[in-house]
Amino acid sequence: MIHIQRISGGYGKEPIVKDISFHVNAGEIFSIVGPNGSGKSTLLKFIYGALEPMTGEVNIDQRSLSSYSQKELARKIAVLPQHTETAFSFTVREVVELGRYPHQKGWFSTNTKNDEDMVQHAMKDTGVEAFAHLPMDMLSGGEKQRVLLARALAQEADILLLDEPTNHLDISFQISLLDTLKKWTLDKKLTVVAVLHDLNMAAMYSDRVLLLKDGTEQAIDKPAYVMEKEKLEDVYHTQLYRREHPSVPSPLISLVPSENDHSFTSDAIDQLSIHENKDHTLISSPDYWKTLSSAVIGAGFGWHRLFINRHVDKSYYAEHPEEEFSHYLQTQQLDVADTAGMMTAARLEDGAAARLTDAEGDVFVYATAGVANAVDASRAYKKSSSPVSVGTINIWIFIHGTLTEAAYAQLMMTATEAKVKALFDKNIKDPDTETTATGTSTDSVLIAASQQGSKYDYGGTISVLGKKTAKAVYDAVCQTLDNYICRK
Amino acid sequence: MFLKKSKKFLIFTAGFLFLLGTIIVGVSLGSVSIPMGASAQILWNAIWGIPTHIDETYQTIVLQIRLPRAMLAALVGAALAMAGAAFQGLLRNPLADPYTLGVSSGAALGAVLVLFLGWTLPVIGDFTLPVVSIITGFLTLFVLLGFVRFIERKLTTETIILAGIIISSFLGSVISLLIALTGEELRQIISWLMGSVAMRGWDYVWLMLPFFIVGALLLMASRKELNALVFGEDTAKTLGVNTERKRVMILAGASLLTGSAVAVSGTIGFVGLVVPHLMRLLFGPDHQSLVPLSAIFGAGFLVITDVTARTLIAPTELPIGVITAIVGAPVFGLLLFHERRRRIKVT
Repeated sequence: MIHIQRISGGYGKEPIVKDISFHVNAGEIFSIVGPNGSGKSTLLKFIYGALEPMTGEVNIDQRSLSSYSQKELARKIAVLPQHTETAFSFTVREVVELGRYPHQKGWFSTNTKNDEDMVQHAMKDTGVEAFAHLPMDMLSGGEKQRVLLARALAQEADILLLDEPTNHLDISFQISLLDTLKKWTLDKKLTVVAVLHDLNMAAMYSDRVLLLKDGTEQAIDKPAYVMEKEKLEDVYHTQLYRREHPSVPSPLISLVPSENDHSFTSDAIDQLSIHENKDHTLISSPDYWKTLSSAVIGAGFGWHRLFINRHVDKSYYAEHPEEEFSHYLQTQQLDVADTAGMMTAARLEDGAAARLTDAEGDVFVYATAGVANAVDASRAYKKSSSPVSVGTINIWIFIHGTLTEAAYAQLMMTATEAKVKALFDKNIKDPDTETTATGTSTDSVLIAASQQGSKYDYGGTISVLGKKTAKAVYDAVCQTLDNYICRK
Repeated sequence: MFLKKSKKFLIFTAGFLFLLGTIIVGVSLGSVSIPMGASAQILWNAIWGIPTHIDETYQTIVLQIRLPRAMLAALVGAALAMAGAAFQGLLRNPLADPYTLGVSSGAALGAVLVLFLGWTLPVIGDFTLPVVSIITGFLTLFVLLGFVRFIERKLTTETIILAGIIISSFLGSVISLLIALTGEELRQIISWLMGSVAMRGWDYVWLMLPFFIVGALLLMASRKELNALVFGEDTAKTLGVNTERKRVMILAGASLLTGSAVAVSGTIGFVGLVVPHLMRLLFGPDHQSLVPLSAIFGAGFLVITDVTARTLIAPTELPIGVITAIVGAPVFGLLLFHERRRRIKVT
């Protein structure tokens, strides 16, 4: 559809766009991203002929751009400008009707029936029909943008070019605009080339992305390949993180403030303080820890500084345990957003802690255990399942250091293996099967790392961090099991 | 891109009736008052070549003195209003008109050179006057746009008008100086500079008509493009407008209209500002209707203004430009006020 070959040029003598080549296929959404001044808009101007390149060629449907007359080109390419201000306020219908201009012939042409139909259709598709008779300056930014989109649609062009279309629009309009475009690429085989400054929008909606820096191509590929942490950090000169989008298969870019006030003054574990009462054990910290857990409150990845292990009766039941727990935290005047919380029917006084510290790392583990409902995982298929929220063996692991996500996942395994071994060595049996238990039906784990100091890439059983964690977990679980058994 | 067809028909009919009415009033009022019915009949019969049984003097007054004057006023009014509408659309500037841009002054300089220095170019003979006016008007426009682009790329509303006023006052002084050097009476100079359609006769109507027709056709053929150009040159291009060619067409059309109007009537200010603005208020900014409606109502407006100019303090006759300025300058101020307010609201 669009072929750009080795294009260079700009406004003055110095080229802004340098030696760019790419092609856009029919029905594709192609985004151009890059920092301000990287030549995104300039490149777009070459495609619709607003600017002549110094060298290189633009071909639309195998024909050189310069061989098109202005009207022919307007039937091929429509442009959605960033914003429009006019000295005179046309009505919405009048603006949309301008889109029919390239289809009209002669100096004194009038609108045909077909023109009228297309205008009506375009207004309907963009949802501006309701204010067709209103003057433009009475509309909001998002509505104006939709009118201009209707005008572009009335042009019946195969290609739509957009220059930062989401500028000045609030989030819901940005999404609805891009949703509409996506739909049109599927329904009408529209081809879209968009200059976008929001990397996440580009990642979510584009088939392919061109990343520009100082007018040169840095990458051109599917968003998943272009949006790599190192590449983007180099182009944007800022620290950022890439995650995967929680609900759609596309990368998600998060920025990091350069003035990050998240910092422990010394070893984070030394700053933990523990308060116990008959209802709960509270471990609190002056600053936030990055946690991965199966806790009732704050499950999954999160940032927390209050860690509460709450004792509840065996008969505890709540329809919405999370809500009930939140309510409990409020009565204790604890900030729910800052808290990771687990529940246990085990006695808090049986709890045990272990800390392993040396030059290679610092790990602290706190655990509580009761084994009344111990389970052998390999035989568990025989049991009837019931949803329960009250934990029995709860393990809290605190690590001073910076962990990768892989390290978190590996530590989960390491901790579990250490726990299983502790149960094995203490000869805990599944009461139903009379075989050695691997845990209880309601165990919970939390791994918290200060994300300060030494960096740990791995957390497997024989990694530097894994060894310490495994030992601390094993020691703490054995100790709490001993306490539990002794008391019985 | 139009008003509802029936509504549009109604508006144009009203416009033509208004114009016709002003012409009948124009030929009836004056030092010798003629009943409107009589002058209407004289006009009707003259059009169809039917002999009229009304006082010969009346017939002479109507057909030889007042009708050419009214027709000239109508042509000049239509020309200036159309040119104003075109300038405003092309420059995206509600304050632009032949007078505020200095184009009228440029054309006037050309007219003065021909009239007071007695120039006649070979071949075109009598048409020297409008041709020179049109050329000097066109040149002034180029100097103006070049000057403004030199100051800033964006062609801001105020900068254009400021540059227009600078050019206008400079050229006005040059004209005064030229006329003074030829030894003419000062009163006549002022009268000419303020514009007048008095004592011109049919000759001037024929002198202007061909240029008027060509200019009007050029603008009528550019109405849709004017609509697109209101959104800026880049956008107009993406909508398929050949902006380079259309810009020349529009500037040429507006210069033809302004130059030929100034050549026969001097500098009549603000018509091109007031009339299109009023049309926009009443019927919307769509140039497809705006350009022809400006022509019709501009014509009627100037005929009525001329009647006012010669009857207000009769027997003394005021320059027609005095009346248009009295109406136009406050409107200009009001437009400036709205323009600033609009801009403040946007930013």
